[in-house]
Amino acid sequence: MTVDITTKYLGLDLANPLVASASPLTGKLDTLIQLEEAGAAAVVLPSLFEEQIEHDSWAVHDLYEYTSAISPEAFGAYVPEMDSYNTGPDHYLETLAKAKDNLTIPVIASLNGMSPGGWTKYAKTMQEAGADALELNVYRVATDINMIGSEIEQTYIDLVSDVKASIDIPLAVKISPYFSSLASMCRRLVEAGADGLVLFNRFYQPDINLDELKVKPDVVLSSPVNLRLPLRWTAILRGRVDASIAASSGVHTGEDVVKLLLAGADVTQMTSALLKYGPSHLATVLFEMESWFSEREYTSIEQGKGSLSQASAGDPEGFERTNYMRSLVTYSSRY
Amino acid sequence: MTAQHIMVDGNEAATRVAHSVSEVIAIYPITPASPMGELADSWSQVGKPNIWGVIPDVTEMQSEGGAAGAVHGALQAGALCTTFTASQGLLLMIPNMYKIAGELTPTVIHVAARTLATHALSIFGDHSDVMSARQTGFALLASSSVQEAQDMAMVAHAATLRSRVPFLHFFDGFRTSHEVSKIEAISEETIRAMIDDNLIADHRIRALNPNDPKLRGTAQNPDVFFQAREASNVYYNALPGIVQVEMDKLAELTGRQYRLFDYHGAPDAERVVVMMGSGVGAATEAVDYLTAAGEKVGLLTVHLYRPFSIDHFVAALPETVKSVGVLDRTKEPGATGEPLYLDAVAAFAEKGGGPRVIGGRYGLSSKEFDPAMAMTVFDELAKEEPKNHFTVGITDDVTHLSLPVEREWTEPKEVVQAVFFGLGADGTVGANKNSVKIIGENTDMFSQAHFVYDSKKSGAMTVSHLRFGPNKIHSTYEIQQANFVACHQFNFMEKVDVLDIAAEGATFLLNSPYGPDEVWDHLTADTQQQILDKKLKFYVVDAVAVAQAAGLGGRVNTVLQTCFFALAGVLPQDEAIAAIKNGIKKAYGKRGQVVIDRNFAAVDSSLAALAEVTVPAEVSSTMELIPPVPADAPDFVQRVIGMIAARKGDLLPVSALPVDGTFPTATTQYEKRSIALEVPVWDPEICIDCARCALVCPHAAIRLKVYDPAELDGAPDAFQSKPWKGRDFAGMNTTIQVAPEDCTGCAVCVNVCPAKSKEEVKHKAINMVPKMDVLEEEKANFDFFLSIPDYDRTKVKTETVKGSQVLKPLFEYSGSCAGCGETPYVKLMSQMFGDRMIIANATGCSSIYGGNLPTTPYTVDEDGRGPSWSNSLFEDNAEFGFGMRLAVDQQTEMARGLLTELAPQVGGLAGEILDADQSNEEGLAKQRDRVAELKRILATMDSPEAKRLDTLTDYLVKMSIWILGGDGWAYDIGFGGLDHVLASDRNVNILVMDTEVYSNTGGQASKSTPRAAVAKFASGGKPTGKKDLGMIAMSYGHVYVAQVSMGANMTQVAKAFAEAEAHDGPSIIIAFSPCIAHGIDMATMMAHQKEAADSGYWPLYRFNPGEEAEGRPAMKLDSRAPKMSFREFAKSEGRFAMLARANPEHYEELMDQAQDDIDNRWHLYEQMIHVERTAELADEEEEV
Repeated sequence: MTVDITTKYLGLDLANPLVASASPLTGKLDTLIQLEEAGAAAVVLPSLFEEQIEHDSWAVHDLYEYTSAISPEAFGAYVPEMDSYNTGPDHYLETLAKAKDNLTIPVIASLNGMSPGGWTKYAKTMQEAGADALELNVYRVATDINMIGSEIEQTYIDLVSDVKASIDIPLAVKISPYFSSLASMCRRLVEAGADGLVLFNRFYQPDINLDELKVKPDVVLSSPVNLRLPLRWTAILRGRVDASIAASSGVHTGEDVVKLLLAGADVTQMTSALLKYGPSHLATVLFEMESWFSEREYTSIEQGKGSLSQASAGDPEGFERTNYMRSLVTYSSRY
Repeated sequence: MTAQHIMVDGNEAATRVAHSVSEVIAIYPITPASPMGELADSWSQVGKPNIWGVIPDVTEMQSEGGAAGAVHGALQAGALCTTFTASQGLLLMIPNMYKIAGELTPTVIHVAARTLATHALSIFGDHSDVMSARQTGFALLASSSVQEAQDMAMVAHAATLRSRVPFLHFFDGFRTSHEVSKIEAISEETIRAMIDDNLIADHRIRALNPNDPKLRGTAQNPDVFFQAREASNVYYNALPGIVQVEMDKLAELTGRQYRLFDYHGAPDAERVVVMMGSGVGAATEAVDYLTAAGEKVGLLTVHLYRPFSIDHFVAALPETVKSVGVLDRTKEPGATGEPLYLDAVAAFAEKGGGPRVIGGRYGLSSKEFDPAMAMTVFDELAKEEPKNHFTVGITDDVTHLSLPVEREWTEPKEVVQAVFFGLGADGTVGANKNSVKIIGENTDMFSQAHFVYDSKKSGAMTVSHLRFGPNKIHSTYEIQQANFVACHQFNFMEKVDVLDIAAEGATFLLNSPYGPDEVWDHLTADTQQQILDKKLKFYVVDAVAVAQAAGLGGRVNTVLQTCFFALAGVLPQDEAIAAIKNGIKKAYGKRGQVVIDRNFAAVDSSLAALAEVTVPAEVSSTMELIPPVPADAPDFVQRVIGMIAARKGDLLPVSALPVDGTFPTATTQYEKRSIALEVPVWDPEICIDCARCALVCPHAAIRLKVYDPAELDGAPDAFQSKPWKGRDFAGMNTTIQVAPEDCTGCAVCVNVCPAKSKEEVKHKAINMVPKMDVLEEEKANFDFFLSIPDYDRTKVKTETVKGSQVLKPLFEYSGSCAGCGETPYVKLMSQMFGDRMIIANATGCSSIYGGNLPTTPYTVDEDGRGPSWSNSLFEDNAEFGFGMRLAVDQQTEMARGLLTELAPQVGGLAGEILDADQSNEEGLAKQRDRVAELKRILATMDSPEAKRLDTLTDYLVKMSIWILGGDGWAYDIGFGGLDHVLASDRNVNILVMDTEVYSNTGGQASKSTPRAAVAKFASGGKPTGKKDLGMIAMSYGHVYVAQVSMGANMTQVAKAFAEAEAHDGPSIIIAFSPCIAHGIDMATMMAHQKEAADSGYWPLYRFNPGEEAEGRPAMKLDSRAPKMSFREFAKSEGRFAMLARANPEHYEELMDQAQDDIDNRWHLYEQMIHVERTAELADEEEEV
């Protein structure tokens, strides 16, 4: 029996709920095409980082300025002036335009930054370059011991309003789970203009190299266990905020996708598993997911979407604190 | 039509024309002509076409000789060609120039005229180079200004086609080549109108072409050569007329009229000066001043110098002239006069009668020539018996040829004269270039900028001289009385008399951390006095604070530029600010919005920070300028070197200077530059005695000593010491000590320090601290440190990292860049062999930091021994060092022969000396003792043999010959000689400090530049791979070859040096030397070296033929197999990363190829470690 696996995300009609999330795979045309062929319903391009734009410009500037006029024999800079340095968003926009030209699925651009102001204009240029939607990846490590949580939260809200005001395409906001009141924060983000929430971002985490005694930031790929966090929050938020929900982190198998859909996600985003097994893995996940619904005679995934959300589940407290207590008991009683 | 005004320097002015009328351009970098090649290359890279819509093909060659050869070939095959050069480079072109001229082939060589190296190298300007080419058959056309550099370039290109005679077009190096000036641009239409396409067609018809076969370059014999040589006369006879026709055509098109000889001055002049080049500007001002005062004087400017048209020359002079002074910017020792003078004399002689003629020299090596000097020559001409063969601009107290300059010169009042003191790379020069452009392009005013540097690559002072005025500016000399003085670095105030140049009532802008109320108390007494005496208007701005607040770090140029415009009042403030911002956009726009935003922010906040100082009525300071050298320095250092260091070298008379260019070594120790903001300080608690900090220090400013604890008597309280941990120096104490005033603050030492605090990891055994916090303490500590005796080198394993660092560096405090990748190798070499080494140094960075005045870094040990050093040329260094070896070997043989002969009288000592083992430090020390004893014995002997031997005894102790240079020398221009020397069996040691670009001339690609790296002349990323010089050397089989990298394996470096020196034959060490051209933070240069090895980009190996003799493969790989990709290494270096940004697709392509290069080379090397080069003879039984 055929199941209708189409879904709607950010107002976009998608062929299925599998979105290839921002990763090196979505930064190159050949792998983007492979992802589409494997069945991705949409792709999110890698983030254009606020810091990267600034850093690159400044690094280029430094290179010229600090090697200029060193001696009468080396009057100019030590490196030849180039026609262009692509320090701005040009290279990114080029990739975006190429993706649009070569793919039929929606292409979602991604911006990563924190400070409201000048750089948010890139959101508009991404829209102009053809992005079907924009994912704003907001992430800040709050290290200022004088800055209270509400101030930080307000910067998020302001940023989302700014960006939303500058574009007409749908806006998804990708956030971290580290808010005192995540549910309330999500509501406020939606009120500020987010058409969708992406739960959650993963970012560089510091590690320590014991040989060199140095801090080395690194990205750890997700494992299926990471699914639990978005699963919980998808379930809690389903039906309570007026926005699409994309669940990200720990999606490795078709079953993972099913769980998130049942919890209430409109789409699921995959990164680590694709990096690990290659773009074609997406086809396997899609098949597994479809089979699950099909074997259980669902007519559409829409039917099951949110069926195990906190509001719809038989045991709403299961997503709350008591659940934590119980799982500990379960573990200990097993041994 | 109104001509478009542009602000360009002489190099750009000439290249604009040359590029637009050429099809093939062969180039090679040489100061001060390099920018012409760089511009041509960059224009072609971005697709700028010539006037026929074709992009000129610009190709870098391996030498100027190569460039001339390529030009010759391209001309023979029918292309329109040009090249650019100077100095020694022009000399290398001379053989081809004879050929090109002999074949009547039209071309133009543009020359930024530069001094030829004689007793010393000089990068500065005079006519000694072009005068050496006057006999080649090329026409010589001289330009006196930036405007003329463009216009004469045009005349030359047009006239060469019409006349078939090739042209050498020249203008003065630095004075014209680097002077930014407002000129009327020559339009493309004008260029088109000047070039006759029919003449180009003729040129192509003459080309070699198999469809119309012809032959050139025959060998001719006594019967016809002479006549054939005379056959070209008609072309030379016609040339002056042709040049004048082209000049007239240019005048029709542009309104600018030139003549072969341009006369300026009184129509009834009695005294005339004849000269060519930039000095004409100063002389013109002198003539205008004198004629206004009623004097009958004039100036004849020579444009077409060869062929020298006597008719035109004589006709150009007023008939009233009685006395002519001919000024030559060159010197020909032993000649009856300098060439222009001789031409003038011959001209008058041929015409019969004529005025009295005297000749004189001026301006060698860019020596200043100003209107006062020109007036002095006119005064001399007025004398009854003027001095002939005089000099002007110096004081000759030996042969008394100089004319004393008693005239004074005041520049016109309407000219704004601004002088800026800045630091190399602090942006001052760039901002000033930008300022003159703003004024030149936004107002009707004329403007001019000239830049003066000192000789150091780190902490160099730059002085910018800017003029603005309503009339054309002819002043081709430095500003003498400035009405605006800016000092961009506060610490100059205690070292340099910056206000000496300030005119009365001038404005003084100081970048000061102290506000208007505090700054007075931080000035020297002399500065205060000058501010009061000259009634200066004094302003301060804390430009560092403004720049930092705007996010510009320490770059103060934008802030100070804004303040300059506010104070100078050249433009209304609003217009000035708009123009500055426009300039910022233009200069930095491509780099990104953030760069523009931050600079705009700095502009907007600068004026609020600018404050006028209310000058107190009296001097209150007791501070004095720090003397350039200490009072206890040796006499020569005080009298001569100190004057040069104090920027007063112009005042030294002839008698003060060595007659043959010989200078004492060991002089950098007297020039305390104190340029670091932070210096490293040792924490003995954490130190593990690894000695790495001392090894890697590029300036020998971090030192290690091992000594008996008893030596600590009298140590300053703050002096740190600790027991040595290992068994190698058991019972000894050690100290790591910084030389706080010699350190450049590069932090390479801290970066390599492996010892970290267990409590706080960022705290290492050596840490950077603000210099001012520790300066006095560390000065005292360093003085005490120096007083501790050096460890006995015979008891040290010199070939180890620790052992080598216990030895005194005999190369210290050079002026190389902070964090230089080359100098740690030179220093190590000096520690290991310095007391018995002679160095031949190729021209380049290492000859500049090794031998540039005022002070030089090679020094001596406690016995007064140390490296003896010389630089010959760029191209001949291997041969130069080889010659030294031949001489030492020959003298050693002579000494040994004499000693053998004298053995009966000398006794058993003779045999001991002749059979001595000198393979280690102990053996060398013993031999020195024996030789000292021999000298004592010889002193008692009277025979001629004994006296001869006495002059040769030094050669009985083994000397070590080292040949040093960079990759430009070893891979390119000097490769032929290097190859020949490698092929010999002589014991020379070659150190190639491989920075993978021409570092000294600003980062042009060499054959060592790796694939995918961006460099000048390879701005699209070098498309081909790096030459494997080591493999070429290995192919001989008998050459010791090592590829080393200090940051990758310090032990291997020390071993390689020891093995190379021990190898009785040629040896070559190729040492990876990071350079600012790589686009890295130089503090991390050792880490980059490690990654270069880890990625297989720079594999370490030693190829020791001695191993083969022992039955082992000669090749030993000292690197492990690559463990990271080339991409990963490359992304951290600007030279590669730049291409990734600018052209990602091409970058990816080149990266793949570069990775293949690495994989293939590693594959090859891996096989080589198993290769047995010697064929084993088959057993006889099997042979049957």
